[in-house]
Amino acid sequence: MESANSIAATLRLQITATEKRLASLKQQLADIEEKSAENVSVSPEVPVTQKTKWPLSAEEYKRYGRQMIVPNAGLKGQLRLKSASVLIIGAGGLGCPSSAYLAGAGVGTIGIVDGDTVEISNLHRQILHNTSTVGLKKVDSVISYLKNLNPNATYIPYDIHLTPQNAEEIVSNYDLVLDCTDHPTSRYLISDACVLLSKPLVSASALRTDGQLIVLNSPPLPVGNPEGGPCYRCVFPKPPPAASVVSCGDGGIIGPVVGVMGVLQALEAIKLIVSGKLKGDGEPVASSMLLFSANGNPQFRSLRMRARSPKCAACSENAELTLKNLPEMDYAFFCGLTAPVNILEAEERIEAKEYEKLSKGTKQHLLLDVRDKVQFDICNLEGSINVPFSTFQGGRPLSQEGEQPSWLPESFAPDSPIYVVCRLGNDSQVVTRKLKESGLGTREIKDIRGGLKSWKEQVDDSWPEY
Amino acid sequence: MAAENTIPVIVEFTGGLEMLFSDERKHKLSVPTKDDQGKAVNIGWLVEYLCDKVMKDTRKEMFVLDGHVRPGILVLINDADWELEGEASYALQPNDNILFVSTLHGG
Repeated sequence: MESANSIAATLRLQITATEKRLASLKQQLADIEEKSAENVSVSPEVPVTQKTKWPLSAEEYKRYGRQMIVPNAGLKGQLRLKSASVLIIGAGGLGCPSSAYLAGAGVGTIGIVDGDTVEISNLHRQILHNTSTVGLKKVDSVISYLKNLNPNATYIPYDIHLTPQNAEEIVSNYDLVLDCTDHPTSRYLISDACVLLSKPLVSASALRTDGQLIVLNSPPLPVGNPEGGPCYRCVFPKPPPAASVVSCGDGGIIGPVVGVMGVLQALEAIKLIVSGKLKGDGEPVASSMLLFSANGNPQFRSLRMRARSPKCAACSENAELTLKNLPEMDYAFFCGLTAPVNILEAEERIEAKEYEKLSKGTKQHLLLDVRDKVQFDICNLEGSINVPFSTFQGGRPLSQEGEQPSWLPESFAPDSPIYVVCRLGNDSQVVTRKLKESGLGTREIKDIRGGLKSWKEQVDDSWPEY
Repeated sequence: MAAENTIPVIVEFTGGLEMLFSDERKHKLSVPTKDDQGKAVNIGWLVEYLCDKVMKDTRKEMFVLDGHVRPGILVLINDADWELEGEASYALQPNDNILFVSTLHGG
């Protein structure tokens, strides 16, 4: 009761303070409206925007003073930031910190592209969103934060994903692009658009405890000019096999790791803008990639990278890519599709609720959980045993000829069934197929359809989905 | 094998590739100076050697595809893109540092 009373008292204080603040804002607004009305009626010759002898407002000198006094930044750098426009594609783990630093630094125009909404699983790393913005469009959540941070800039939301069809229209409005997305399809598309529209591109990525940063197409010289900076296709001419692409949702990500990479993107952007190198003037710089490994020693490593490739499909003189054919490009096809796995017949699968009934019976069976050990240790079903999916991949047989796999209990009867489960029901199908083909097949071997996600939906809603 | 017939090299894996190599990022290796045909060993030879002798994981295709380092993996020789050094034909030198980086896509 004591604590309820003290919470109520705190709330009353907060309400009083907020009411005072509201009254003050209303007064400010009324004053401004009154003044502008006077200006119009009494002195119509006064221009709407008053010119002073100083290029920035008094507030701007104060706000940006700490960075303006750094050698190489200066007033000139600040004015360049103010007149610069930066497009940030992706309002997630990279886009949040990078947009915050760029808004804070006084970049005049910031566009944000993202079609997703805020989820609670984003919040440990996507630091501009918060618990109360869960469910909102990410662009709206980010821009509301940025406006609070620095109301001087213009913020332009695009609550859609970048596509080959809209890329030219969006990207062409900006001086510089930050790739803060999370998939090879968008990374190739963004690079291609930047090459065709001559925009430098600051690209970063992160997974688990590692991050990578590379400045591409800088200087952004015309297609065919070998002096221009390499593009994403110069460095990665062929996309990785779809099966090797791991998202943060599947592989995991430590918040500060992706945060570091986003902050570094903002830094590279500020360096390019302040030095006046957006258009590629000045000495060309050798291309490099920065690697960050939280557990590495050293943690940062700078790698010397190749120049533009004379065979590049986007930026070389032999490239066939043009602004005209960009909208017809199929990046999902180029990178390979990752459709949900569906390789089993209906009778090779079992619903979670049926498995639950059967598991309560007396018949001996084995529940094989093929998630990574770290996921198994977070939560698992009673009696299940853990044999990670990676154990089953590759060409090698499950066990030596004529022997049982080591994970199979010795007392386990040869006709007792095996059920396979994973997080979402994809890997478990692959393992079920492999087990059936490897001489364990006379017994019943079934996949639990939809994995532990279905277990939560059908059987136990207390199951801690992560 | 006598020391004069081997070259010490450091091989490193990052970006998730270390998972294919017993979760070890850094491997200090001593490799023969010559291959089966008596030619000086190069990076192409080293990639095969890593697959046959060092990799315990069964997922070879996550490292090598169609006889080449798979797309999405960068090879760095002493912190320089292998494209600047002659790619697979670069002849290994004593104490070279060869880094394999898997590209990341998350953000």
